[in-house]
Amino acid sequence: MNPLVQAVLARYGADPHSLVQIFRELQQLQGWLPRDNLCQLAAALGLTLAQVEGVAGFYRFFHTHPVGAYRLLFSDNITDRMLGSEALMKDLCRRLGVAPGQLGDDGLVSVDKTSCTGLCDQGPALLINYRWVVTRLDAERVARLAELIRARVPVAQWPAQWFEVQDSVRRADVLLAAPATPGVALAAALARGPTAMLADIKRSRLRGRGGAGFATGLKWELCRQAPGVEHVVVCNADEGEPGTFKDRVLLSRHADAVLEGMTIAAQVIGARRGLLYLRGEYRYLLESLLAVLQRRRDDHLLGESILGHAGFDFDIAIHVGAGAYVCGEESALIESLEGKRGTPRIRPPFPVQQGYLGNPTIVNNVETFCAVGAIAFYGGAWWAAIGTTESTGTKIHSVSGDCERPGLYEYPYGTRIDAILQDCGARDTQAVQVGGPSGMCLSDSEFDRRIAFEDVPTAGAFMVFDSSRDMFEVARSFAHFFAHESCGFCTPCRVGTELVARRLDKLAAGHGSGDDLVVLIELDRLLHSASHCGLGASACNPLRDTILKFRPAYQQRIKSTHFEPAFDLDAELSIARRMTGRDDADAHFENES
Amino acid sequence: MTDKVAPVQSFLLDGKKVLFQADETILQAATRAHYYIPHLCWHPDFPAHGSCRLCSVKVNGQTAAACTVRAAPNQVIESDTEELNGQRKRLLQMLFIEGNHFCPSCEKSGNCLLQATAYQMGMLGPHFEEFYPDRPVDASHPDILLDFNRCILCELCVKASRDVDGKNVFSIGGRGIASHLLINSESGKLADTVMALDDRAAHICPVGVILPKRRGFAIPIGQRRFDDKSVAQQAQGEAS
Repeated sequence: MNPLVQAVLARYGADPHSLVQIFRELQQLQGWLPRDNLCQLAAALGLTLAQVEGVAGFYRFFHTHPVGAYRLLFSDNITDRMLGSEALMKDLCRRLGVAPGQLGDDGLVSVDKTSCTGLCDQGPALLINYRWVVTRLDAERVARLAELIRARVPVAQWPAQWFEVQDSVRRADVLLAAPATPGVALAAALARGPTAMLADIKRSRLRGRGGAGFATGLKWELCRQAPGVEHVVVCNADEGEPGTFKDRVLLSRHADAVLEGMTIAAQVIGARRGLLYLRGEYRYLLESLLAVLQRRRDDHLLGESILGHAGFDFDIAIHVGAGAYVCGEESALIESLEGKRGTPRIRPPFPVQQGYLGNPTIVNNVETFCAVGAIAFYGGAWWAAIGTTESTGTKIHSVSGDCERPGLYEYPYGTRIDAILQDCGARDTQAVQVGGPSGMCLSDSEFDRRIAFEDVPTAGAFMVFDSSRDMFEVARSFAHFFAHESCGFCTPCRVGTELVARRLDKLAAGHGSGDDLVVLIELDRLLHSASHCGLGASACNPLRDTILKFRPAYQQRIKSTHFEPAFDLDAELSIARRMTGRDDADAHFENES
Repeated sequence: MTDKVAPVQSFLLDGKKVLFQADETILQAATRAHYYIPHLCWHPDFPAHGSCRLCSVKVNGQTAAACTVRAAPNQVIESDTEELNGQRKRLLQMLFIEGNHFCPSCEKSGNCLLQATAYQMGMLGPHFEEFYPDRPVDASHPDILLDFNRCILCELCVKASRDVDGKNVFSIGGRGIASHLLINSESGKLADTVMALDDRAAHICPVGVILPKRRGFAIPIGQRRFDDKSVAQQAQGEAS
């Protein structure tokens, strides 16, 4: 057996549920996953080769073919594009002599795009070898970067300031204020006891910050009551929603608060095991998070008999994702934690009944766990007094796009959209995409609306578009995002997201017709009602909102009110022209206009 | 297994009372009651998969897949409505255009659940632009042909091979529109697996992916399973 495979297997005790982590470590050592490695892993883990291959093929960050010693991925959120990422990528490809997505002949480097890397406040961003991020790319950095790669300088020796990730907290409220002393909130929770703590969470009326807004107290209660040998606490740090980066900052600056919230949850539901699912794009945070975990163990805030409470044993392991937005869906996230393809499960049973390895499991967002710590310390009534009746507490917004001061803004629920726009220095604003592509697109007539579950709910993204932006292109970019991220399990999402992306490309290419809009609206309804999970159900939200609110952006791309074919007869003849070596007038269709 | 308890509870399906037993899904109870709800990935011998979404019905006004939702007393369910059948037609068209389906030359024609359901739902054309994917066939096995052009990713072969045959010949690979069937062998070819013609997996495919070799049009088109009676008529007449 390959000694590297053997070493990584040994580190994970040949546990098939660690397959995703085993892949990640192996790929970090070798750059890709050769087929003989897959065979060896299958044999050692008691899986079939096809199962192992199926997992490798699911995650965008795993490669079963060589991708070069340098793998450069441009973050492809609309905000990166607005900052010029497409031209920079073209320039880098030219300098390196490679085509996008293709490995150069010398096997040195490949350049491609990846879904939003969560650095929208300091883009355009570049992800390198799934390990480093370069922020604030510009022409000068690209030129220098190409030189370093051609000289084969290891990434670790590149200028340190390129890798600087700033936290850019612009407005702090209770969660983003100076971090509390580690252990204080936990001590308060332990003093209260699990039953009283749960009652306090319910009193706070805290709702999940990941987007769906499920009542945290109820989720914990259902899990606590569910029978099972073991209960599990999972932190969803798979912050994949384009335009969202608040969890990145919380995990950098407030890691103790997040881990403390998880520990309080463990006390309430009776868990010994905690798992933090860190998105692959945030791999660079792993070392600092592991250090915080170790410090907390040393301080008796994790491990056995936490803070001297005999019988309260709890520890947290970190699972790093590998490029799959759908794993933000809690049941897909659990599948991924179990080392499988991240396909959402059939529900019921819900994770609180049967989650990780069949055990009752709570899955909560990073920000939710931060709020739990604050509630443990200040009390549920204090939290419930902030915000609105249905949406208590504060919400952190990741502001990016056309504004002077991108970054994090924390406000009590009930804050108006125009107040946030004013604070971030947005001018001449045409639209705001609240909650990311799966959220809502608001036009200027709606800026008096409020952030709240009962009005404009959000998972944290706040992307600003001024009047110079083409909202059709915004919707088209999101359509490609969903097609790229669909897991492919159910028919409407697998085929529908691809159909929407192709239809919008058809319009962009100037072949649009009235019929296309009819089909697009029909696809929105179908995906919304028939999809297996929330990804498919919300995949057409940007399309629906922009058709409704920015109709002229579509109208100007429509050639006729009737059917217009997607293909161009003359273009279809190009292969025949290439084969016959002809390019004279008779080898072309006359263009009728 | 203990004797089944007689059905005592009921739900309302398209205005008709349907009795169900404990732990049954809507689709299971409807099938037992000889009521046709269109479906492709569901098979009575296997646990629900929920991927094709054809069996989507409205349960008390909420859309849900009938194969995954547990029957409950007093549910009001709509299935055979213009809206839902229109949705089913679109889902069928999606399955047609994402693959390469040429019914007139397909050995499965007349025995194909996809084709029969498309007829049932009144599908007359593709509606969407075809993707025409490049999916080479696997003709390596001496007795079995795999024509991936027709795969609808129902995973019935995956389950049959794993749970009935105990061979684990199939799995799913890729993601999104590039999702595809994988063959479990180092070469990736069926010839290098232990699959045999008398495996359950060799006969479970609802479409024409897994076909026995050297048996072409033994029963002429026109006299095949769905030629005489439609898929709905069979469901209404046959179920045990």
